[in-house]
Amino acid sequence: MRTANRRREFFKGARDTLPLVIGAVPFGIIFGTLSGSCGLSAAGTMAMSLLVFAGSAQFIAMGLVGAGTLWPMIVVTTFVVNFRHMLYTATLRNHLRRLPRLWQIILAFGLTDETFAVTVGRYRQPDDSPDKHWYQLGSAVFMYVNWNLCTLIGLVAGRLLQGVGSWGLDFAMVAAFIAMVLPYLKDRPNYCAVIVAGAGALLFNGLPHKIGLMLAALAGVAAGLAADMLAARFSPPVTEREG
Amino acid sequence: MQTVYLVGGMMLVTFFIRYSLLMLPARIRFPAAFQKALGYVPPAVLTAIVVPAVLMPDGRQMHLSWRNPYLIGALLTVLLGRLSRNMLVTIVGGMAAFMLWQWAVGAF
Repeated sequence: MRTANRRREFFKGARDTLPLVIGAVPFGIIFGTLSGSCGLSAAGTMAMSLLVFAGSAQFIAMGLVGAGTLWPMIVVTTFVVNFRHMLYTATLRNHLRRLPRLWQIILAFGLTDETFAVTVGRYRQPDDSPDKHWYQLGSAVFMYVNWNLCTLIGLVAGRLLQGVGSWGLDFAMVAAFIAMVLPYLKDRPNYCAVIVAGAGALLFNGLPHKIGLMLAALAGVAAGLAADMLAARFSPPVTEREG
Repeated sequence: MQTVYLVGGMMLVTFFIRYSLLMLPARIRFPAAFQKALGYVPPAVLTAIVVPAVLMPDGRQMHLSWRNPYLIGALLTVLLGRLSRNMLVTIVGGMAAFMLWQWAVGAF
């Protein structure tokens, strides 16, 4: 019974992540393809996908390697770019804190934007399935295997196909991120968060080491929270209106 | 050797970011306003990544034009997402729209 439920959660998690896995395919392939021209060795490229497992940070790191940036600076940049994941962990913490240590380590390692976006929806469903972490595991494993396979394909293809870099495969990330944002846009605070974050990202784009990304995101969160609190103040609760 | 430090360093900071909050004692709870703020993190972060990628594909200058396939592709992806409300259709359709537009801009 329990085993069957776990298996069901695992495969449901994988299945619900499929659209985002498809979005990651071109992204992973192009990472493997371009790394060579940026001066990253094949082993280094593969190790990055296997051990770091953070698509956008890997892309930015690759660009910095190509620009001749020193490795400590790239590590600092990675910290800034990935800092958003700490907020993901904070969001899921209530669901993860009672799990055994090994589970926490594995699920934290695999907490990408994609797996977070899919899994947070599962945790919020009202049913009291005790195996929702298996859903998250299914999502993370699928993303991980796919990301590494695509990196490998890109590594091989990059040496066979010339000019793959100019096909615009990087748009896949844009499409995937848009698809992840759209479900949030159902109330005013979320619109405020998105508009302020987007405008901030343009405004702060010139700042070094992607600090602008962090500032823009924080401004967006602050705007969402402010709009939320204003809405609570100006529209009295339903019970009061009735009374 | 540089690559070992680079990948090792990136691995450590990324894992630290994703794991560290789970090391806090389980009884420590976050305040309500903080929990509420966390709900706005994903859309804000993802938008902050996407908007410059779409409006400044070269990373420097604004490219507000119908000849910018990233911009048109993104707008069509939003439209597709609104109409279909299906993630797979949104992503695959958006990529197809982008590639078609990129080809058309190059062809005409």
